[in-house]
Amino acid sequence: MSIKLNALISDSYVDVSQYRDQHFKGNRYEQEKVLRQANTLYVGNLSFYTTEEQVYELFSKSGDVKRIIIGLDKVKKTACGFCFVEYYTRTDAENAMRFVNGTRLDDRIIRTDWDAGFKEGRQYGRGKSGGQVRDEYRQDYDPARGGYGKVVSRP
Amino acid sequence: MSRRRHSDGDDGGQSHKRRRTSEPVEIEDRLESLICRVGEKSTSSLESNLEGLAGVLEADLPNYKNKILRILCAVARLLPEKLTVYTTLVGLLNARNYNFGGEFVEAMIRQLKETLKANLYTEALYLVRFLCDLVNCHVIAAPSMVAMFENFVSVTQEEDVPQVRSDWFVYAVLSSLPWVGKELYEKKDAEMDRLLNQIDGYLKRRLKTHVPMLQVWTAEKPHPQEEYLDCLFAQIQKLKKDRWQERHILRPYIAFDSVLCEALQHNLPPFTPPAHMPDCQYPMPRVIFRMFDYTDAPEGPVMPGSHSVERFVIEDNLHNIIKSHWKERKTCAAQLLSYPGKNKIPLNYHIVEVIFGELFQLPCPPHIDVMYTTLLIELCKLQPGSLPQVLAQATEMMYVRLDTMNTTCIDRLLNWFSHHLSNFQFRWSWDDWVDCLALDADKPKPKFVKEVLEKCMRLSYHQRIVDIVPPTFSALIPADPIFFYKYQDEANSALPGYAVAIAVGNAIKNRASNEEILTVLKDVPNPNQEDDDDEGEGFNPLKIEVFLQTLLHLAAKSFSHSFSALAKFHEILKALTDCDEGKLHILRVVYEVWRNHPQMVSVLVDKLIRTQIVDCAAVANWLFSPNMAHEFTRFYVWEILHSTIRKMNKHVQKIQKELEEAKDKLERQQHKKQKDSGDEEDMEKNSEDEDGQLEEQIERLQEKVESAQSEQKNLFLVIFQRFIMMLTEHLVRCETGSVDFSTPWYKNCIERLQQIFLMHHVTIHQYMGTLENLLFTAELDHHILAVYQQFCALQL
Repeated sequence: MSIKLNALISDSYVDVSQYRDQHFKGNRYEQEKVLRQANTLYVGNLSFYTTEEQVYELFSKSGDVKRIIIGLDKVKKTACGFCFVEYYTRTDAENAMRFVNGTRLDDRIIRTDWDAGFKEGRQYGRGKSGGQVRDEYRQDYDPARGGYGKVVSRP
Repeated sequence: MSRRRHSDGDDGGQSHKRRRTSEPVEIEDRLESLICRVGEKSTSSLESNLEGLAGVLEADLPNYKNKILRILCAVARLLPEKLTVYTTLVGLLNARNYNFGGEFVEAMIRQLKETLKANLYTEALYLVRFLCDLVNCHVIAAPSMVAMFENFVSVTQEEDVPQVRSDWFVYAVLSSLPWVGKELYEKKDAEMDRLLNQIDGYLKRRLKTHVPMLQVWTAEKPHPQEEYLDCLFAQIQKLKKDRWQERHILRPYIAFDSVLCEALQHNLPPFTPPAHMPDCQYPMPRVIFRMFDYTDAPEGPVMPGSHSVERFVIEDNLHNIIKSHWKERKTCAAQLLSYPGKNKIPLNYHIVEVIFGELFQLPCPPHIDVMYTTLLIELCKLQPGSLPQVLAQATEMMYVRLDTMNTTCIDRLLNWFSHHLSNFQFRWSWDDWVDCLALDADKPKPKFVKEVLEKCMRLSYHQRIVDIVPPTFSALIPADPIFFYKYQDEANSALPGYAVAIAVGNAIKNRASNEEILTVLKDVPNPNQEDDDDEGEGFNPLKIEVFLQTLLHLAAKSFSHSFSALAKFHEILKALTDCDEGKLHILRVVYEVWRNHPQMVSVLVDKLIRTQIVDCAAVANWLFSPNMAHEFTRFYVWEILHSTIRKMNKHVQKIQKELEEAKDKLERQQHKKQKDSGDEEDMEKNSEDEDGQLEEQIERLQEKVESAQSEQKNLFLVIFQRFIMMLTEHLVRCETGSVDFSTPWYKNCIERLQQIFLMHHVTIHQYMGTLENLLFTAELDHHILAVYQQFCALQL
């Protein structure tokens, strides 16, 4: 009786994406395994002005949040547009992937992805100028993310 | 396949295995895919697709009969929104292969028995309906179906069984009649009349104590919130009056009538409903949510009436689509919007009504609240020209009717509305709601707007809220979430403890050790000391105040800062609040300093519980204390209380799980010992030690579970006691003063009591005996006792 229909098992919002952290200590297989069991989400495309309080309020809608770590510019030590949200249970994190990912926070569509878990140092942007890599190369003007990308503002 | 690309070793073996047996697996997957996808958008007609598929399956029967049987049984159970597509398919197969038809019916009956045994009552319902529709497809003989119905309805004659048991069997019969009523009446009208009379009699004598607790609105107008069986019976009676003419259900088998007529039918074996067992969990009763009627859709097709069977079928199908696809919001939205027959009904209105019906369902929505918000956003994206308007209309309607809306539902409404607005730049026609400004602040409408704005602020910031509402709404704008520091400046230097506060602040900034800080705190006089207790480190409220105010002030910048502070000085906080009064006081101080920032109060209380500085009962006592009486009707107070109860529940569950795992481990170990016993002495001694350790661990965990359960029971007792005290006081005061007791405060309070029962009914059920003996006795005011009785009726 307990046959499951593939059509109904589909839960694509919870799938692991193509992104792999280059700094992860372990091979791709191990990283994927960790991601499939993770309780932590990476959250991207935040405004630099989005607060921990706002993130808490939004992500609490899918379950109790254990902690939030706001991503910082490595040089300026100010928010640089991403954060980590860690839940107590995997189920709550999955519901965030299903129902918070792709909706708006602070008027911006945010994106969530599985994360292997916070480790000291991962709260910093990895771009050359101290922020996120994406802000090094983008060409558009985004007032909530410091204006133009670094490649544009550098002569 | 992709796993193989990424793997660095271990995975290789698995891929090999897959390749060897892949051919039959591929064919089975293909069969499943073909069957699941029939009926979806296609270039060919549904009829030709069904015809084609029947041919393919017939050809595959010799090799894959069992697989095909299992897939068809699964779609019958899990895809009720496509019922008639699959019954037609089975009809065609039966026409081509009588034996297969017989085997399928047998498999379905087996599955029905299994689902009933496994408490899967919703799935069992779909199976019964599927069997009924097979009558229409000439697979099952009508008289044998009527016989099964007679057995179902005879359950109403059983004695000493829960009402919800006979409810289910009656519902199974009634809810199948839209599909098969016509056919059964044509063949066996006398028997069917008798059945309906029996059902009528049952419905008339059945108890409906549970209804008030489940209604979204208490008012009868404009749409009565009907009990689900009453509504369905009214719909069936109307259908009967219309001579079973039903035009909404898609019936593909009609096109195949000439083929199906030639088929031989099978008789259902006599089916005895399985007897009632104590661990049977029948579905809870419900109330039918209605918010729209034919006057609401301005143009286009008319909405079927509340007692029309079309309404029942549409709502049922939409609920089923959500049930199948809730995890994938884009698919779910697309499936809802491509509902077959959508051109004849105001589909957007039905969808919005069904979604809010689920969101407001009591005790709990079928799925997590946030899913509905996101689903509605997806629907707005797919129908930007029409759905947002329906949603706005619905919101306006619900605002107008706030006075009679259940408090729990108002909570969910304001959560939904504020979250929804945050996705649309908080654009709303606030001016339309200017009427609420003329009302008292404690009335539902202004209260609702105030709480919505507060929730909106949590997702944005204070100035944003000031900017989005007209200036006339300034009274309803939430307070600026600032910190109140008692020892702020020299003006407060006369306050007792001021000097120590400054000293402590400096000590913390200079990274003093805990001992050093405690030494500084020794200088704080104890206002309670006159009771000549020489304990030294007894409860000193001023010490707590001085330390905590200063600490939280230094850490006020963000949640993370405050959490760090609590963690760093955990030892000191624990030492200062070692008794119940200490715990209560710490909560009071947190409120004092952060009273303008309810969100911060909420997260700090959460942390204090998790780090065991305060316990759950302390939080309950604090929320019900006279100091917090003026906040009692604010939404955040109930957020905190329910969160506290949930933490307690999760704690108990966690330890229970640990105990179960330890017990399992011991069993496995002993089982293993039995298998390879009689070897060396050493091995035996080691395993004895292991057993001993495990047994000790189990004993410890058992104690832990009992202690946790005792704490949990105590928490509920505290909460219920407080409610009873408050409500009784109010009722007595009103009676002696000859004043109407039904004030907004009273409505809020009594519905919050209901909410405790509804939201935590599974846990509370364990403690019913104690509750009835100690608290909800016959001496209680009948208004309060009624809530308890309604709750009990949910399980009857």
